[in-house]
Amino acid sequence: MDPPDLSAPLLTTRALEVGIAGRIFCRELELSLQPGESLAILGRNGAGKSTLLSVLAGLRAPEAGEVRIAGASYAQLGARSSARIRGWLPQSRSEAFSSTVLETALVGRHPHLDRWDWESEADARQARQALAAVGLAELAQRDVQTLSGGERQRLAIATLLTQAPQLYLLDEPLAHLDLNHQIATLELFATLNRGEQRAASVMVLHEPGLAARFCSRALLLFDDGTTLQGCSDQVISSDSLSRLYGYPLREVGAGELRWFMPA
Amino acid sequence: MPTRRRALLILAGLVGLSQMSMALALMVGSIPIGPLEALAALFDNGGATAGEVVRSLRLPRALTGFACGGLLALAGALLQVLLRNPLADPYVLGISGGAGIGALLAIVLGLGVSGVNGLAFVGALGAMLLVFGLAHGEGGWTHSRLLLTGVIVAAGCGAVVSLMLAIAPEDRLRGMLFWLMGDLSQTGDPKLVLILLAAVLLVSLPFARELNLLARGADVAQALGVAVRPLRRGVYLVASLATAAAVTHAGAIGFIGLIVPHLVRLATGNDQRLLLPASVLAGGSLLVFADTLARTVLAPQQLPVGVLTALIGVPVFLFLLTRGAAGRG
Repeated sequence: MDPPDLSAPLLTTRALEVGIAGRIFCRELELSLQPGESLAILGRNGAGKSTLLSVLAGLRAPEAGEVRIAGASYAQLGARSSARIRGWLPQSRSEAFSSTVLETALVGRHPHLDRWDWESEADARQARQALAAVGLAELAQRDVQTLSGGERQRLAIATLLTQAPQLYLLDEPLAHLDLNHQIATLELFATLNRGEQRAASVMVLHEPGLAARFCSRALLLFDDGTTLQGCSDQVISSDSLSRLYGYPLREVGAGELRWFMPA
Repeated sequence: MPTRRRALLILAGLVGLSQMSMALALMVGSIPIGPLEALAALFDNGGATAGEVVRSLRLPRALTGFACGGLLALAGALLQVLLRNPLADPYVLGISGGAGIGALLAIVLGLGVSGVNGLAFVGALGAMLLVFGLAHGEGGWTHSRLLLTGVIVAAGCGAVVSLMLAIAPEDRLRGMLFWLMGDLSQTGDPKLVLILLAAVLLVSLPFARELNLLARGADVAQALGVAVRPLRRGVYLVASLATAAAVTHAGAIGFIGLIVPHLVRLATGNDQRLLLPASVLAGGSLLVFADTLARTVLAPQQLPVGVLTALIGVPVFLFLLTRGAAGRG
């Protein structure tokens, strides 16, 4: 198995066309994400944000074009090697069977274990650290089916941290979270991007102010299948957002912080 | 999540339980045989009648029962993961229905044991291929589509079975009903099912941790490094073959495939690395216990073992379920 190419961008797409059931969400999309960068995906409901993200995660085939992570395609890498490079946070989860919070976080170790390995004490320690990072350390032995929506969301993030990929693809990471946990989650991923593992993240967000504050870049998916991408400072503006959401927005802000209010 | 050590301890305990069930099956019956005598008979130097009864009647029947119980429990555990549905059992996808049509046809035609088994297996394979072909439309199958297709095919087979019962001659009805309820009195050589049981378990075990992930959802599993498509097909194939083999040998014995994986899950958690082998041992033991009861309770009359598995399984299951709910609440 080849080690991932460290000089290649973590995520690239070439002439990517994404659609579902005959509807096209974006055409000829060229993305390139370097270690340390973060990209926010913004768009209206049904604009194809989640579909695009699952194509980027290799879970759906694109209509045309290709996706590469660390310089290789998903087919070249195979499921297991891919899982050591990219992690994916699903938008919704359902647990058919009961299991404890710690067991759920531990499944993140799967791509790092050999076929006959059992999770070691080191793996369990890593899972407990991930649970502590999202404030779930005390609930380690609770049954997942008894958790609240926000707790489940944080558990999914902990599972992703246990997986420890380099590229984080986050579908609505802030769903169900209250304000303090929203900021804590965004800061957590920002720290990973700055840290020595030089992670990168792509996240679907609904709050342009948070996107402008925490993501270096932004991709806007318009309803007509066109896209706009670039530096957050330039792309996220009251003009482009008003066009994106089809509702006039006004920028308010103090210094570094920018916020967008419905006019 | 059990540690490897704890898993081995639990499995060792279950091996003990299965040996107890086998010992009981060899000793109990119209001719009671003592433990030492039964043991001696196994090594071919027991008394003439007792040795003959143990070796040629009770041992093959108990071994077939154990293998079928193990196969059904394993198939149930696999299908519950594949369909992500705790209510799934080996018959939910219509395999027993297909086997039932084949077996009843053979009984109506007056074929012998091998004819019944042969046609039952053909029927099971037919139902399996039909469901797989129909559920696998364009763009692969989802578990809801597979489940729905299986349930519908099972319902269709059920109608054909009822039709055959309605028009079958009187003297064949009893045999047909016993087959449908599950019956171990017509068993032959246990070697084939035992080998199949071992093969199916050995094929499944290396994928146990991947099955843990599949139980959490196909996309989640794929994102965590499981090649979901081939895994699902493999699980469907293995579970179907296991069911077909069990149903062919022992008829449509109910409840084992649904209840045993649940019993084990309630007792030890949902780690397939432990759940799969533990289900095999527990399912085999339960069926052997039930069959021993089935041939002794109203002796000399033999009851269909499927009735006994339900009568034992249901209260045990309800007890564990209420206890589990109380522990959590």
